[in-house]
Order: sequence, then structure tokens, then C-alpha cells
Amino acid sequence: MTRLIGADAILIALLIAVVGFALAMFGARRGRTTLIEAAYACVYTVFALITVATLAMIYALVTHDFSVSYVAQVGSRSTPTFFTVISLWGSLEGSILFWAWVLSLYSAAVVFLNRRREGLLVPYATATLFFVSIFFLILLVGPANPFLLMSPVPPDGPGPNPLLQNHVLMAVHPPLLYLGYVGMSVPFAFAVGAMLAGELKSAEWIRITRRWTLSAWGFLSLAIVAGMWWSYEVLGWGGYWAWDPVENASFLPWLTATAFLHSVMVQERRGMLRLWNLNLIVATFLLTILGTFLTRSGVLSSVHAFSEGPIGVYFLTFIAIVLVLTVAMVAGNSQQLRGAGRLDTVVSREAVFLFNNLFLTVFTFTVLLGTLFPLLAEAVRGVKVSVGEPFFNRMTLPVCAALLFLMGVGPSLPWKRMAPAEARRRLMAPAIGAVAGFVVGWLFGARNVYALLIFTFAAFAAVANVREFAEGTRARMRNLGERMPVALARLVGATRRRFGGYTAHLGVITLSVAVAASSTFRTERDATLLPGESLVVGGYEVRFNEMVGREEPQRTVIAADLTVLRGGREVGRMDPRLNYYRVQEQPVPTPSVRSRPAGDLYVNLMAFTPDGGQATIRVIVEPLVPWIWFGGAVVALGALISIFPTGRRRVAEATAERAVPSRQPAYPLTAAPTTNAADRA
Amino acid sequence: MSEGARAHRSNGGRRAWAVIALVIVLGAFGYLLYGGLDRNIVYFLTPQELLAKGTRAQDVPVRLGGQVVPGSVVWNAETLDLRFRVTDGAKDVAVHSTGAPPQMFRDGMGVVVEGRYGRDGIFQSSNLMVKHSNEYRAPAEGESPSEAYKSLIKEPSA
Repeated sequence: MTRLIGADAILIALLIAVVGFALAMFGARRGRTTLIEAAYACVYTVFALITVATLAMIYALVTHDFSVSYVAQVGSRSTPTFFTVISLWGSLEGSILFWAWVLSLYSAAVVFLNRRREGLLVPYATATLFFVSIFFLILLVGPANPFLLMSPVPPDGPGPNPLLQNHVLMAVHPPLLYLGYVGMSVPFAFAVGAMLAGELKSAEWIRITRRWTLSAWGFLSLAIVAGMWWSYEVLGWGGYWAWDPVENASFLPWLTATAFLHSVMVQERRGMLRLWNLNLIVATFLLTILGTFLTRSGVLSSVHAFSEGPIGVYFLTFIAIVLVLTVAMVAGNSQQLRGAGRLDTVVSREAVFLFNNLFLTVFTFTVLLGTLFPLLAEAVRGVKVSVGEPFFNRMTLPVCAALLFLMGVGPSLPWKRMAPAEARRRLMAPAIGAVAGFVVGWLFGARNVYALLIFTFAAFAAVANVREFAEGTRARMRNLGERMPVALARLVGATRRRFGGYTAHLGVITLSVAVAASSTFRTERDATLLPGESLVVGGYEVRFNEMVGREEPQRTVIAADLTVLRGGREVGRMDPRLNYYRVQEQPVPTPSVRSRPAGDLYVNLMAFTPDGGQATIRVIVEPLVPWIWFGGAVVALGALISIFPTGRRRVAEATAERAVPSRQPAYPLTAAPTTNAADRA
Repeated sequence: MSEGARAHRSNGGRRAWAVIALVIVLGAFGYLLYGGLDRNIVYFLTPQELLAKGTRAQDVPVRLGGQVVPGSVVWNAETLDLRFRVTDGAKDVAVHSTGAPPQMFRDGMGVVVEGRYGRDGIFQSSNLMVKHSNEYRAPAEGESPSEAYKSLIKEPSA
């Protein structure tokens, strides 16, 4: 019953999506409002149907309906309900269903928020979203159908992959990732819509697109950091980023979206880079599809699985179709895409954005090449190779340092032009910060070139970005007599877009420093201990007391009971575990992490003797790790600040800048919100 | 000089600068990329392939994949020295690694060891990865952890 509801809902959704696509295209071409409105109704209907299918799947999972193929694949009666629900995205078919649901949600939101908008942009964007939906619905009807009939019905299932039911973050990371990944379909839809509607020259589509990209980007940033955290908490090697293909797949669209969020400002301000921005949007979308292909088709987890299972072929076909169609469309619109403005000087903010884009493109290309190289090598030369961390670190860390440098230069320079002497003056404080960053890193014992580069330029960027907050706040305090917190809040509130960006910068700076510090100053030791023996690492003494075991419905937990001492005084207890799930012979290690602002103490149970007389543990001391997660949250906060529209800000900022054309900073000094919202879209 | 001519000249100058900057950056990138890929590719080899490469496989990073030869595992818990042999059915290679083996490490299981094949004919492993089988197999009768580690389990089963 549940199975039929789900399967039928998907099938009908596919039919309605096809109808909706035709209605939107036809209605837009002929300019028929009734057809366009019918297409919008189809969007809501598809959303409702996929919601029904998703709820049916959750219901089947929770009720252990093993006649549904997906439930038989990932369900188990002994799995706790929480992990049963989130196993919705634990395997291929369910994750495609979830993807389709998020896409239908985004589509409905796009139509709802823009339904009254004049012109053909939204109808064509709707058609594009239908086009993408149709692809995923075809997958759900065909090669990734989660609602197949199991016969005979198995009495119980294996449960989700143990790695995926071992930590709560599995409930956080995938939905965020999907919101980010799928969200990139919306900018793509508006880009295609603008091309089809011939509205590329209007500033409107780029403004809508920027906001959607920003929200998807915020989700994606959070998702990547949550993924790092998950891998840190679960995989037991004390690291959070290994340049694993799956990680790279999530990082690639983030890079191109970041490039877009910067270069779009150049287009809005100076009318430049139209073609480039369009390409960035298309590339971001294609990279999300490519990433899904890489992680879902099994191409990468096993290089041999290339022809195994038909889903990979579907993805490759879809990527090829999108590529051909968009290239044709871009070529057809080349006249409209010619840039209007020109670069005045290298010492300007737009020039910094150009360099930022150059480096981010290089970054993207490097990661893409390193990720795909094993596939190319096997296809062309028939050898199995892997491209490891050394390649990625060596290639990308200099780029990271350069990007941090630009992150400091950009906010320090004005748009258009500035006298070189003035520019030098503006860059003096960040440069002093850079020297300080280098010295501090050196004094703490960092000798690695890359780490020192990161410390130096992170400090450079930190000074430049903090100064923007400080100067603006001080100006308000002086001119309007506001108290400091009020002045800061109003400053950010009145220029959300700008200070949202600086907030995101501060998040990235925090994250960079934390990553550099935790990998540079990491101490790690392994030892086999008898009860009562201790291992001393980085000022911590970890004493092994005994092995303890515990039975849980879905697993057996074996833990080492440890006491942590500092200077001979007990500061806490830790219990790194090995979780033996019923369905798998091999245990899942579960490290124990003691987090403090200064850093983490990370203990993993490596091995033990069955009688509990000995335990081998690995103790890692990693400074500043919690700041990585904190930095990620700050980045997302920056995106959140920037998203909210402020009609008055645009007026205020424009006025202020006209008044003082070449001086920076130009802060809006309006104390109360002005009522002038004429510039609002 | 007219306004237009000045603008024209500075445009040309800017363009030249932009091109020069682009060439330098892309050149540096290409150089790094070439060197980076060339030196940092890790070949995935079986024992037979490794031995067939002879001296060319020595002292370069390699990932060696195969099964642990039953009965070959020697582990010194005190010094954390782990020695075993990896086979692909045709040939086998001696492996030495430092650090604790994962708890799941067993005779006959699939492993991937990352490291270098030394001139002494011993593969020095820097990273030992146990191959997770993608199909979960429930433990055999009498081998389940709740039975094997019964003495450790204190609380009554929930």
C-alpha cells in the first residue's frame, strides 16, 4: 500500500512535470498568461506529489515495511527510529528521492516568490527547473526506483551502513548538502531563463540570482564544515579533510559559487563580466551534477565500477545535454553578453575581484583535475593511480594564501580608482598585521612554509576586515552619538550586503588559521597499555583504567575507560569505543574527543585483547580545532546577513559614495531607517 | 593629447599588464601542476605488479593491495611493530608497519598499504587501510562480539 502510494506519486509527478515544462515553454513563447499560470500550478502539484512520495518512504521506513525495496536495503528492526528516519538519504535511491523533493521545494519557492513578476524570465526559469526535475524523476522511475516490490518480503533488513548510523551529524550534514547542492539549480534556472527570455541585459535577473546563490552557498558552506566535523568525529584518524573525491565533489561548486558571488558585484557595479558570470553559474550547476554523479555512481569508491549499474550513464547523458544546450544558448546570446565597463586601474576593488576569480578558477581546476585524474589515467593508460594529499596541498595552499591576501586587499581599496599613495596608506595596517602573524606563527614553532604563509596572510586579511567594522562603528559613534554595540549593529544592519561579506571573510580567516594550526602543531602517539598505565602526549596524561562493554539493540559497544590528567590532576574521563553492528563483522571506531577553545584531545581505541587486559590507543592533541567549526558557522552567518534585502541601504550607500567619490570608507550615516524605498525592486 | 587618445593608450597599457599577469600566473600554475602530478601520483599495484616493476618500484610511493597471508602476522604490542605478508594469489610481499593495526585486522582479509618498497625487499607501510567489504556479512555463529567479549560486558543487555 505505502509502496504503491509512493511509486504512483513519483510517476504522476513525472507526467505533471513534463506537462508543466511544455506549458511553461509554450506559454512563454506565445506570451499566454493562462498557460504560464497553469505551469505554476504544475510546480505546486509536483511539490505536493514528491512530498507525498517522501512521506510514504519515511512511513515505510518507520513501520519496517520490507516489501519496499529501499526499506529492505537500508532498514532494520533493531535500528533506533532516529537513524531509521535519516536513512532516507543513507543510500542511492533514497538520496535521489530526497534530492528530487528539495528541488521541488525550491521550485515551488521560486514560483511563489516571483509569481507576480512581469516578463518571461520567471516562466522560462520555471521551465528550466522542470527540465532538471524531469531528469531526477526519470531516475526515480527507472534506475534509482526506491519503491520496487520485494518478493518474498524479507523478515528483517541489514540496517543502514554502520558508518552512517554512528553519529548524529549524519542527520545534519546531508540535508544541508542537498539544500546547498540543489539550491544551485535555481541560479542556473534564472541564467537559462534570462537567456531564453532575452533579458540578459536587465539587472533584475542577476539580482534575483545573486540572492539564491547566496542562500545555496550558505547551506553548502555549512554542509562542507558539517561534513568535516562528521569525518573528524567518526573516522578516527583525527583529521577532517583528506582531499577525498567525495569531499572534493562538494567543494568544487562551492569554489565556483564563491567566485560568482564576488564577480557578480563587478557586473552590478560596472557592467563588466556578464559572460563570465553566466559561465560561473552554469559551471556551478554542472559541478553539482558531476559531484552527484561521482559520489552516487560508484565511479570513485571503486574505479572498476564505471560500467556497473546504469545510473552513471544517465548522469553523463544529462551533463552532456546541459553542456550542449547552454553552450549553444550562450553563443546565441553573445551580443548581449558583451561587457559594458572597463577596468580603470589595477589598484581598485574590481581588479581585486578579477584576481580573486582567477585564483578561484585555478583552485577549481586543480581540484577537478586531481579528482578526475585517476579516472583519466585508468581510461587512457590502463593504470590504477590515486592522487593524494601532497598534490592537493602543494597545489592549493599557495592559492589559499593568495586568496587570503586578496581578502585583505579588497576591502581596503575602493571601487574604480585610488591614488597609489592612498592605497599604500590603507594597506599599511594589514601589512603590519601580516608581519605580526608571521612572527607569532614562528614563535609558536611553525616552520612549514605553507603554514607560515597562511598565518601571515590570514592576519593581513583579519586586520583589513576587522578595520572595516571598527572604522564604521567609530564613525557612527562619533557622528551620531551611538553606543558601541548599537553603532555596530546599525552599521551591519544598514549595509548588510557589505558587512555580511566581511563577516563571511572573518569566518574563512578563522577557519584557515584553525586548519593551519591544527595540522602544524598536531602531536600524535600510539601505545599499548595495561590497566593503570599512562600515555603522555602534549601535556596530557591519559591513563587506561579498564575495558568495558555494553549491549545495545543494534550494536555491541566496547570502550576503553580512560582518565585524563593534567599536571597530575584529573580533568576528565574519556571512552573511545569500537561499535560492533550486528550486520557487519568489522567494528566502527568511535573516537572520544575532549574539546576546549585552545584545542582538542582526541583519543581513538585501536585494538584490545578479548580479556580486556590490554588496549592500544592513539592519542592526538590538536590545537584550535573547534575554531574550524565555529569559523564555518560564521561564514554561514555572513551569508545570512547578506541575504536580507535592504532597500534603503542601496540609496544610502549610493548617495554616500557619490558625495565622496574616491575616498574609502564611505559609510551611510543615517541613524534611523529612511523611508525612501524607491530604489527597491 | 585628447581625452580619447589618453584613454586609448592607458587601455592598451592595462591590457598588456593584464595579459602579462595572466601569463605569469597560468605559467606558474602549469609548472606546479606538471611537477605536482608527476611526483605525487600514487600507483595502485598488486604484489605481482610491484615485483614485476623491479627496481623502478623502489622508493616511490605505492599503494599495495592484496590479502594478508594467513599465519604471517607478527605484532609486537610493546614496540608497535607490525609485520605481515600481502598476497594476490600469485606473489607475496613482506610488509612492515609501525603503529597499532586496526582492531578488524585479520588473517586473509583485504588490505591496502600505502608506503614505499625498500631496497631490502620489505615494503615500509606508512598507512594501513583495511578494505571494508561493501556487503555487510553478519559475524559467524560464535564469533559475534557479544559472545567473544562476554567477559567485558558488565551491564545487562538493554
